[in-house]
Amino acid sequence: MASGEFLTILGESGSGKTTLLRLIAGFEGPNHGEIWMGDQRLDILPPYLRPVNTVFQSYALFPHLSVFDNVAYGLRAQGVAKSEIPDRVQQALGMVRMMEYAGSAPARLSGGQQQRVALARALVNRPRLLLLDEPLSALDANLRKQMHVELKALQREVGITFIFVTHDQEEAMALSDRIALLRDGSLEQVASPREIYSRPETSYVARFIGQTNLLRAEVRDGTATCGALVWQTSARPGPALFSLRPDDIRIVSSTTAAIGANASAARFHARVEQQTFGGATDLLTIICGNGQALRARLPNPGPLSGSYEFEFHPADTVLVRDAGEE
Amino acid sequence: MYSRIYKAGVTIPPLFWVVLFLLVPYAVLFCYSFWSVSPSEVIIRNWSLGNYAELLRQPVYAETLLRSMRIAGSVTILALLLGYPVAYYLSFHAAKRRDLLYLLVIIPLWASYLVRGYAWKTILGTDGVLNGVLNFLHISGALLLLQNHMNAFLALHAWTHTWQVTFVPLSFLLYSPFAVVLMLTHIYTPFTFLPIYASLEHIPRNLLEASHDLGASPWKTFRRIILPLSLPGIVAGATFAFVLSLGDFLAPLLVGGPSGIMISNIVASEFGAAYNWPLGAAISLCMLLLVVGLLFLTERLEKKLSFS
Repeated sequence: MASGEFLTILGESGSGKTTLLRLIAGFEGPNHGEIWMGDQRLDILPPYLRPVNTVFQSYALFPHLSVFDNVAYGLRAQGVAKSEIPDRVQQALGMVRMMEYAGSAPARLSGGQQQRVALARALVNRPRLLLLDEPLSALDANLRKQMHVELKALQREVGITFIFVTHDQEEAMALSDRIALLRDGSLEQVASPREIYSRPETSYVARFIGQTNLLRAEVRDGTATCGALVWQTSARPGPALFSLRPDDIRIVSSTTAAIGANASAARFHARVEQQTFGGATDLLTIICGNGQALRARLPNPGPLSGSYEFEFHPADTVLVRDAGEE
Repeated sequence: MYSRIYKAGVTIPPLFWVVLFLLVPYAVLFCYSFWSVSPSEVIIRNWSLGNYAELLRQPVYAETLLRSMRIAGSVTILALLLGYPVAYYLSFHAAKRRDLLYLLVIIPLWASYLVRGYAWKTILGTDGVLNGVLNFLHISGALLLLQNHMNAFLALHAWTHTWQVTFVPLSFLLYSPFAVVLMLTHIYTPFTFLPIYASLEHIPRNLLEASHDLGASPWKTFRRIILPLSLPGIVAGATFAFVLSLGDFLAPLLVGGPSGIMISNIVASEFGAAYNWPLGAAISLCMLLLVVGLLFLTERLEKKLSFS
């Protein structure tokens, strides 16, 4: 990974993301293989000699030390000159806007404040790499969103490489330069949020990041057929699996039909089975042909019932590798 | 909510117990400590501070109390030095052997105190196991030789023949404060171990990881995280060892000899052979106040040191 990058390791619980982090931090040893950072081999070093710091899921602030002493802990442990410590601690606390709490005991702070102290405690050491183990999972939704913004800004400001572990795909999308999707201990795909969303490599990625329709199609002569759906494709002939995002499905209205903008658009008739209001967009479950269910996300469609004609652009279908789930 | 009968049922029996077996005896003790005893061994119920004055006047009481505190202090330090490493090992490194080792530490608590006392007597005595082993290893022979040479040397050069050294058998082992400290340490180390172990178990393990992560070596982590966070356990364990040893009277009785007498032995003899209950009561009350004051202080200290 690149220096100064914000990489998110995303995966379900049990996918090995925390283990990966613990391996980098040194709390667990690899059974085989090596860990390198730049030209430095990490896996042979004990945790306290690695130029890596961790923000723990439960913060792990030292309860018997004040906020100031918590942040100063790493500096003192590494023998930083005494005269330098107060300035650096103040600066780190300033970064997370916790300066006025320097004398407080951690137990007196709220979850969000403890989170900030934990961040400051790690950042003050100026590590080459900062590991964050689901640091926001204990916070409520609003505070979490706010921390997303702050965390991202902070990362840009300090320019330290971040590895952020989460099971929350929205969080991963919001924060990362790149996302590494982990499944059963192996990497499924590593790409930018935009790319991983629009160009998932496997059916697992497509389903994990956002919602999708997986279309198991038969390709022949440049045409893919999946039940009632037929569209043009450049995929090789034979059985193939495609991902089609719900937001790529539209209703064919009289205006678009009149314009006839998309001559190549794949059109089909379907019955609206269920409509879930979602603010700016509604999520529909539609049934086309012989009971084939699809999900579609439409911007402000108003109440719908009965059958409509839908369409999607063939270019929006993404050929994915069958990840063999379900 | 709970019925009146239920509430009465759960509060009255323990209350009754405390009043009958704790408060009433203390009140009786309190009264006795101000009375006196006639030469014909009749308790005279005249109120005076005579017993307390006697305690201050006769240096033997202060000396014995000081010796008791010295012994209790030694026991406390030894019990901490033995109990802490064991508790540390069990809590952090024992892994699979933990349950077995824990049991091994606790088992002695189920053996009778008296049996353990007599065991030490058997081990330390002049015909005891320890001297037997020295004999067996022919170390005694060497010591005997040394002893004879030294005594011959002293007989020639010393201006008095009372100077003699005795190495064999090793008699200082039994009937000495040393023996009392040894026996009490053996008996009360599990009591120090338990609270220390509990406090170590309470330390969240991610704090240790955080400490290592921030660059602190295992030793620094111990000094700055583990030790401060286990202080409440240390205080509780030290209190156990000190208070229990201070009031002990069986160990000095069994292995202490004349030089190992502790304050409780005096109390026991005042209530027994000496037949001076009032004086015994006065000593008891002083000890009680000392111990209660100590418990009060250590409890506050423990609260101040704990963060959970």
